[in-house]
Amino acid sequence: MPDLAFDIAHMLAGSLVLVSFMMIYQDRLSALLNTFALQALLLAAAVGWQAYIQGASHLYASAGIALVFKAIIVPWALHKMIQRLGIHREVETVVGVVPTMLAGMGLVALSILLMLQLTETAESALAREDLAFSLSVILLGMLMMVTRRNAVSQVVGFMSLENGLILATTGAQGMPFVVEISVAFSVLIAMIVIGVFLFRIRERFDSVDTEAIEHFRGEKRS
Amino acid sequence: MELIGNLLLQGVQMFLVLVLAPGLTGLVRKAKARLTRRRGASVLQPYRDLWRLMQKEVILADNASWLFRVSPYMIVAATWVAASLVPTFAIGLEFSWTADFIAIVALLGSARFFLALAGMDVGTSFGGIGSSREMMIGAFAEPAMLLVVFTVSLVAGSTQLSNVVAFMQSDAVGVRVSLAMALVALVIVALAENARIPVDNPATHLELTMVHEAMVLEYSGRHLAMIELAASLKLLLYVALIGAIFLPFGIGPAGTGFAGLAAGLVFFLVKLVGGGLLLAVLETSVAKMRVFRVAEFLGAALMLGLLGTLLLFVSRSL
Repeated sequence: MPDLAFDIAHMLAGSLVLVSFMMIYQDRLSALLNTFALQALLLAAAVGWQAYIQGASHLYASAGIALVFKAIIVPWALHKMIQRLGIHREVETVVGVVPTMLAGMGLVALSILLMLQLTETAESALAREDLAFSLSVILLGMLMMVTRRNAVSQVVGFMSLENGLILATTGAQGMPFVVEISVAFSVLIAMIVIGVFLFRIRERFDSVDTEAIEHFRGEKRS
Repeated sequence: MELIGNLLLQGVQMFLVLVLAPGLTGLVRKAKARLTRRRGASVLQPYRDLWRLMQKEVILADNASWLFRVSPYMIVAATWVAASLVPTFAIGLEFSWTADFIAIVALLGSARFFLALAGMDVGTSFGGIGSSREMMIGAFAEPAMLLVVFTVSLVAGSTQLSNVVAFMQSDAVGVRVSLAMALVALVIVALAENARIPVDNPATHLELTMVHEAMVLEYSGRHLAMIELAASLKLLLYVALIGAIFLPFGIGPAGTGFAGLAAGLVFFLVKLVGGGLLLAVLETSVAKMRVFRVAEFLGAALMLGLLGTLLLFVSRSL
């Protein structure tokens, strides 16, 4: 019995996880930002679909926020930023793509196993599945933050982590709208702060490669 | 009487793949030539090539062993059996109970094994390079292919291609992101397995890049004809496989009578032509990647297959 509502939600949430993997796969910054915009677009679609099937009108506003802020403003601002930093052509990875992918697969398997065990008693299959996928997106965002050296990619990892959070809250029908708006705005402000920091880091170390900082923290002898 | 009819139908299928395979290769070559504004050889050229090669004398290296002489026939036999097991115009044929997805992967794997052995047999350096690269590609492509198999089989609840195709034709499929991932992964695997452009270039003998051609460099005459035929059969197999699983229109059950079978045949030809043209467009629009990027490219297929299986696992266990 194909349940179309569930299947489409499954497809959108699954695509979010897939795009998270695509972000790990990208090693060029501008391609990474485009992929991030795609993820935000999918997030908006997923939230919008949830709003439709749950009949919750405030979720439409969340979808709108995701669309405007995360799919348009943030990628645009980051594009500007890497243009000004002159690193839009840079290729960077710390660990190779293949080990990172394997680690990512492990994380997805872990979060799915964990969430399906934990939410055994939950009433809605949709919420359980959304929680499993959003935990994967969150963990993949974290993985991205650890495996990248470039500060801009770390920012993108952080933003994609936040995408996972939004997916979780819409699926679980939990978070009040006020909290959601404030989260959206705080992410925006975080991005501005990080942007300022990026320029400071570059001024100081002539690069946004965070490995340069480790030297000063005494973590790495070279 | 029914048994004879069924066997006849199966025979038609085996004959059909053998006859159409060089034509598909010719079509892809022709389309590629037209896309790059060349006139290109006729679509029938591969048939003429095969005919000419069959007439020619075989030249063997002095130190070639029996393996070198046996391998072309083993390769063509394994590939032919695999290709004739894929549903093309009808499902539920006489041999369809053996048409297990995993068996097809295994048959192709043994063909690859013989090809790699034959490449190393004479002891030239090119053969060795080709074999080692082919095995590297195989080591990534086969797990990815098996994961695609698992994904599709989990959706359909069977590893038998006939049942899979019958399930895909029914309404029970629904919208499934796993199948989309499996499709992309299968296309990537197909490109790698058939030595098509992002992985290997079938039209060049440049020593730095060739993989498939390097292995068969020592072959001549009817041996080379067998190997070329096997390569064409493999291409046809993958196009037919993708068509049968993801575009299962027109494939009727074996007992539908003549009209149904003829319609299935027409649909199959349309799919082959469409697949060949798409392949030509893809090959003219992307550049070949470095050999060491292939691992990443196929790693993406592996990842897609694994992710598809995982997602399916989620929607199953709810």
